[in-house]
Amino acid sequence: MQLIPCPWCGPREEVEFHYGGQAHVDYPAEPAALSDEEWAKFVFFRDNPRGPFAERWSHAAGCRRWFNAVRDTRSYELLAVYRPGQERPVTT
Amino acid sequence: MTADITTRRTPLDGWTSRFAELAPAVRLTERPFRSQLTLRLRDAGRAAAVSRVLGVDLPETPCTFNRGAGPHGPVEVAWLGPDEYLVLAQPGLQRTLESALREAIGGTQGGAVVDVSAQRTTLALSGPRARDLLAHGCAIDLHPSVSPTGTCVQTLLAQTGIILLVRDADPAEFLLLVRASFARYLAAWLVDAGAEYREEPV
Repeated sequence: MQLIPCPWCGPREEVEFHYGGQAHVDYPAEPAALSDEEWAKFVFFRDNPRGPFAERWSHAAGCRRWFNAVRDTRSYELLAVYRPGQERPVTT
Repeated sequence: MTADITTRRTPLDGWTSRFAELAPAVRLTERPFRSQLTLRLRDAGRAAAVSRVLGVDLPETPCTFNRGAGPHGPVEVAWLGPDEYLVLAQPGLQRTLESALREAIGGTQGGAVVDVSAQRTTLALSGPRARDLLAHGCAIDLHPSVSPTGTCVQTLLAQTGIILLVRDADPAEFLLLVRASFARYLAAWLVDAGAEYREEPV
């Protein structure tokens, strides 16, 4: 089974984790000023790259904390994990 | 017939004889009604005050627990998250500890103390085959070189969420904390998984 390295608990089995979609999607600074189209883009539109992708994961069966991970969508290889608030590390 | 609601029952009431059948390779007993409190600490500077109340330092390393004795008797403090701890104490102390801890963290502004004693029940697991028994349904490497005494992991055992405390790595002695509603399922699973070690010469 794939192991996912939780930034706090270390490598654990994938079944302990919950997927949270694309990372670094910031809430709009002024939601009321958004047009319908901009609002729809924020709510529904996500990147779908072929290659490294920054995602949110939650260690649901462990420490129950959210963290970010860069995963290669071609190979499912996890290139980096980092805590919330940290910058996305440079991956090759 | 009226339901008897005045007698306090543990989730694993009546399982003692089935647990006893696993001996001597695996020794399994329930430790009922232990006081359990979740502590969320907003201000890490209050950790020293909490240590004074419990007589035990808060664990700083993830996935570990500290044990010792203080003004409230023997206690175990487990790391559950970067600001979250689980305090385990003798039965009946939850009210006393709750107010003492809340005072130590500086009231509701300093974090949260919640009595979760009814949330989980405790199982004590030991014996020469205890580690093999857990390996049937738990992916964590419990070898003493990887999980030494003082390790505390939150993980899945037979698809059930558990908190596993390694009280002693060698000889193996574990504490399993399981949700009350999952306790009978886990007990049945443990008895079934341990069947192959029954009457095994030790």
